[in-house]
Amino acid sequence: MTAVLEISGLAKTYRSRKGVRRALDGFDMVVEAGQVHGFLGPNGSGKTTTLRTLLGLIKPNGGRMAVLGREVPRHLPEVAGQIGAIVESPQFFPHFTARDTLSLLADAGGVDRHRVVEVLELVGLRDRAGDRVKTYSLGMKQRLAVASALLKNPRLLILDEPANGLDPGGIREMRTLMRNLAESGMTVVLSSHILGEIQLICDSVTIISAGRRVAAGSVADVLAQHKSSSVRVRVEAGVDLLAVAQALRTAGAPTVELEQDYLMVSGVDRPAWITWALAQHNVWVSELAPVEVDLESVFLQLTGTAPVAGENRQVDQTAAAPAALQGGWGQ
Amino acid sequence: MSLYKAETRRLVKRRFTRWLVIGSLFALAAVAVGTAVTNSKVGPEQIAAAQAEAERYYQESVRYAEQDRLRCEAAKGTPEAGQYPADCGQMYTPSREDYGYQGYMTPTFDFREEFGNMVVTLAAILALAAFVIGASYVGAEWSTGGMMNLLLWRPKRLQVLTTKLLALLVSLAVLTVLTAVAWTGAFALIANLRGSLDSMTSGAWQSFALMELRALGLVLAAGAIGFGIASLGRHTALALGAVVGLLVVFQFGLVTVLSMAEVKFAEAWLLPIWVMAWMSKTVTIEDFNSCNYSADGCRPDQLTLTWPMAGGAMVVAVVLVVGTALWTMRSRDIT
Ligand SMILES: Nc1ncnc2c1ncn2[C@@H]1O[C@H](COP(=O)(O)OP(=O)(O)OP(=O)(O)O)[C@@H](O)[C@H]1O
Ligand SMILES: [Mg+2]
Repeated sequence: MTAVLEISGLAKTYRSRKGVRRALDGFDMVVEAGQVHGFLGPNGSGKTTTLRTLLGLIKPNGGRMAVLGREVPRHLPEVAGQIGAIVESPQFFPHFTARDTLSLLADAGGVDRHRVVEVLELVGLRDRAGDRVKTYSLGMKQRLAVASALLKNPRLLILDEPANGLDPGGIREMRTLMRNLAESGMTVVLSSHILGEIQLICDSVTIISAGRRVAAGSVADVLAQHKSSSVRVRVEAGVDLLAVAQALRTAGAPTVELEQDYLMVSGVDRPAWITWALAQHNVWVSELAPVEVDLESVFLQLTGTAPVAGENRQVDQTAAAPAALQGGWGQ
Repeated sequence: MSLYKAETRRLVKRRFTRWLVIGSLFALAAVAVGTAVTNSKVGPEQIAAAQAEAERYYQESVRYAEQDRLRCEAAKGTPEAGQYPADCGQMYTPSREDYGYQGYMTPTFDFREEFGNMVVTLAAILALAAFVIGASYVGAEWSTGGMMNLLLWRPKRLQVLTTKLLALLVSLAVLTVLTAVAWTGAFALIANLRGSLDSMTSGAWQSFALMELRALGLVLAAGAIGFGIASLGRHTALALGAVVGLLVVFQFGLVTVLSMAEVKFAEAWLLPIWVMAWMSKTVTIEDFNSCNYSADGCRPDQLTLTWPMAGGAMVVAVVLVVGTALWTMRSRDIT
């Protein structure tokens, strides 16, 4: 497979009167052709900054980037026609209609105006296309933004939080749309905070935290790498759970967590071993259910953003990347 | 080319642009109508009417003078006598020459005499409109995120900004040329109906044409400067209005301070003086604090501003503002 998007060692420092802020600190990312790629990270971790840099809107302080095999920002004008993008709820001139907005973009980019009707239909704005953007709801503006990104019929589609403000039906439509686009050969990069959504539609993900990559790869790989699977264990009523947990620990189970009326056991190779170990103590298992790890818990673990009772986590309190994960160009 | 067309379309589609153009044309139309209404043709009838009017005023004034003289005679020997001259015959009596009929004519529109002022009016109104249109056009693009959207399509920033500027200037030029033609036509018509075109020579026509050309230059410069300032500041027209207001206040403040400090030719710091110099070819400022003795008394020092000076200043301002806007655009972070 070929990489449609490669980023290596990207660095960006914002300077303002208040001082400097390292938004990106040696960030790497690779997206293969034809994939739907999830770009995840806590608030302020640098997702939008990465996408802006990639699209030539801001200047990086270091690092290399390539899109569709061309180095950017130097060769951006050559590939810009093949990148459709929305960056963080784009704004439109409020007094124009959706149709005017898109047809002006189409004119500026040399795209046939027929395409305007097509994309408006695609995002469900056909009947409201003659209304001024000012009168649109949040979700409708978001749909218009997606329409503007699709207008060029791009090879690479970059969407920064496209689901922002969409209704449940809209989110599902977006999901189908992404899949269809990917099947037609388009590569989609999707930043989102709705991890259930990402897990459903993405082939691969990159997780960023504090301006660095903390995980990357196919969804299955990331899940497998980062949390040993757990098993939920219930025993017959009336048995002392505390004693059972103790017994399992002495028998060699790495982690046993005591919950309300069951145990969570993780780090065990074969779940069947648990039945055996408990049978030794004359305790009979009534339920043994492997618990699927989900992207959300992996995300929270990797980025160190899991809520802690009694604390108000501040936006910049995130986990920094372990050094081993810092990859090089083209990795 | 496609970008240029799209930008022209965007500019013309904006309601703000449309309203401002309509408003300016309305103001101009009001000036033309006002001129037409207050002027009238000179013929034997008008002269006769004016003569009759002058005669009436003369007679009235003779009557008043006579009454005054009688009062003067009556006051002789009373305490009120001090208010009158000793010899009542010395008192003012009006003469017919003071009541020439020319002063009682309704005004007439002499094209050669008056069209120059009309071109200045045209230039001032259109230049103001051009400034605001240019500023709001690009300012709104920046503040609503339209510029960012556009740059996702056309990453060559300088090309985008210069194309926008070009679209603006060409549209302004078309507007100005059409309006100037209509303006000239309207006043030629007014002169025909309510005044005269008699003194117009081909040289005079040519001079008005050149004046209109300078008006075009002024309009384009104003548009470019508005565009440049708004692009630099990335603000909306409203904020820009505040800046302009501040500048005006600052300008008058500066002139007040300078003239209090008795700096020579303080008026030269006023922008309108330079606009006048550009449009009417020369403006002379006099310093009444100075005195150069000559045969006929005191002659004040003079400073003459000429149109090449004003034109040079204009070019420098445009290059400075637009150049800075382009230079900033080249490398700034667009967030
Ligand atoms: N224009 C700016 N000037 C200064 N700092 C900025 C600017 N834009 C972003 N930052 C900072 O850079 C960091 C990364 O911001 P970025 O917008 O890339 O985050 P993000 O991952 O998109 O977050 P979110 O999930 O909230 O959209 C943040 O700490 C932010 O405060
Ligand atoms: Mg963001």
